[in-house]
Amino acid sequence: MAETASGYIQHHLQNLTYGQLPADYVRADGSVLSDATWTFAHSAQEAADMGFWALHVDSMFWSLLLGFVFVGLFQFVAKRATSGVPGGLQNAIESIVEFVDTSVKESFSGKNAVIAPLGLTIFCWIFLMNLMDLIPVDWIPGLATLLGIPYMKIVPSTDPNITMAMSLSVFMLMIFYWIKVKGVGGMFGDLALHPFSSSNPVFKVLLMPVNLLLETVSLIAKPISLGLRLFGNMYAGELIFILIAMIGYAQLPLHFGWAVLHILVITLQAYIFMTLTIVYLSMVHEEH
Amino acid sequence: MNINATIIGQTIAFAFFVWFCMKFVWPPLIGALQERQKKIADGLAAADRADKDLEQAQAKIAEELAAAKQQAQEIIEQANRRASAIVEEAKDDARKEGERLLVAAQAEIEQQVSQARNELRAQVASIAVAGASKVISKNLDEAANSALVDQFVAEL
Repeated sequence: MAETASGYIQHHLQNLTYGQLPADYVRADGSVLSDATWTFAHSAQEAADMGFWALHVDSMFWSLLLGFVFVGLFQFVAKRATSGVPGGLQNAIESIVEFVDTSVKESFSGKNAVIAPLGLTIFCWIFLMNLMDLIPVDWIPGLATLLGIPYMKIVPSTDPNITMAMSLSVFMLMIFYWIKVKGVGGMFGDLALHPFSSSNPVFKVLLMPVNLLLETVSLIAKPISLGLRLFGNMYAGELIFILIAMIGYAQLPLHFGWAVLHILVITLQAYIFMTLTIVYLSMVHEEH
Repeated sequence: MNINATIIGQTIAFAFFVWFCMKFVWPPLIGALQERQKKIADGLAAADRADKDLEQAQAKIAEELAAAKQQAQEIIEQANRRASAIVEEAKDDARKEGERLLVAAQAEIEQQVSQARNELRAQVASIAVAGASKVISKNLDEAANSALVDQFVAEL
C-alpha cells in the first residue's frame, strides 16, 4: 500500500467534487490558478474550498443510477401487472408494495395519495443506496483510479448531502401538509398549545412561549435526526468496512461477518427512514 | 463531508422519483393487488352461493321425491279400492244371476211337475177306463176280476 493508513481512509471517504476554485488558488499539486476555474477537486482541502456551489458527482451519479434502477424495475413490473396469477418478479415487487402499503395503513388513517408512493420510493431507493455498501470497498474506487478519476465514493447514503436532502424534503412535505390540512392557525396551535395546556386563558398565553420553544426544537430535531441517523449508520458501517479492508488476508472472515450484519442494518435503516416519514406525515394530519 | 449543492440535486432527484412513483408505479401495482383481492372475494362469494344453491336444489329434490312417493301411494290405494269395488260388483252380479237362474229352474221344475201330473192324471183316467172296460168284458169271474184289479194296480 503506497499510502499511509489515514491517507487510505481519507481517500475512501472523499467524494468526487466538481466546483469552482478561485483565482490565485494554490492547488494540491502546488500549481497556482491564474483564473477562477471549474474543475474536479484533487484533495479534501480543494473540495472544501469550493464552497457551497460544488457538486458531489459520485453521490449524484450513484444516487440517480440507483433511483432509475428502482423506478425502471418497478415500472417494468407495473406496466405488466396482472390481477391474475403473478409471475415471480411481480410477486416479489408486489410483496414490497404490499409491505409498504401495510406500513402506511398501520400508522396513517387519513387519505393522502402521496404518502404511500413516497414511502415506497424512500424504502427502495435508500435500500439500494445502502446496498452499495456491500460491494467491497476497493473495487469500484480502484477501477475509477485506473480510469483517472481521483475519488469515487459509491455509497450515496454515506454522504450527508444525500440523506439530509431526503429528510429535508420530507420536512418540507410535512410543513406543506400541516398548513394544507390545518391552516397556519392550526399549525401554530399545534406548536403553541402543547404539551402544557391550561383551561385558564391567562395561563394559556403564559405557557405559549414555553410550548413554542419545546415544540419548535422537537420539530427541528425531526429532519435532522432523520437524515443524520441514516448518514451516521451508513458512514460508520462504511468506515468499518474500510478499516477491515486494511488488515490484509485476515479481513476475509471479518468482512464476511460485518457484511452479513450489514444486510440487516441497511434494510433496517431503509425501513426506519420510511416508517418515520410516514409517522411524521401522519402526525400533521392528526387532530389532537 | 461538505454540505454543498449536492443537497439541491438530490432534492430534485428525490422529488422526481417520488412523482414518477406516484404517477406510474404505485397506481398500477396497487390496482392489480386490489383487483386480485376483489377477484378472490368474488370467487369465494360465488362458491358460497353455489353451496347454497346446491343445498336448495337438494332440499327441492327431497321435497319432490316425497311428493311423488305420496302420489304413487295414492294411486295404488285408489287402484286397490277400484279393484275391490270391481270384485264386489262381480260377486254381486254373480249372486243375482245365480238367484235368477235358481228361480227360473224352480219355475221350470214346477211347470214340469204340474205337466207330469196332468199327463199322469190323463193316463190314470185312460187306464181306469181301459181297466173298467176289461172288467166289464170278462164279467163275473171272481178270480179273473181280482187278477184284473191286481194287474191294474200293478200298472199304476
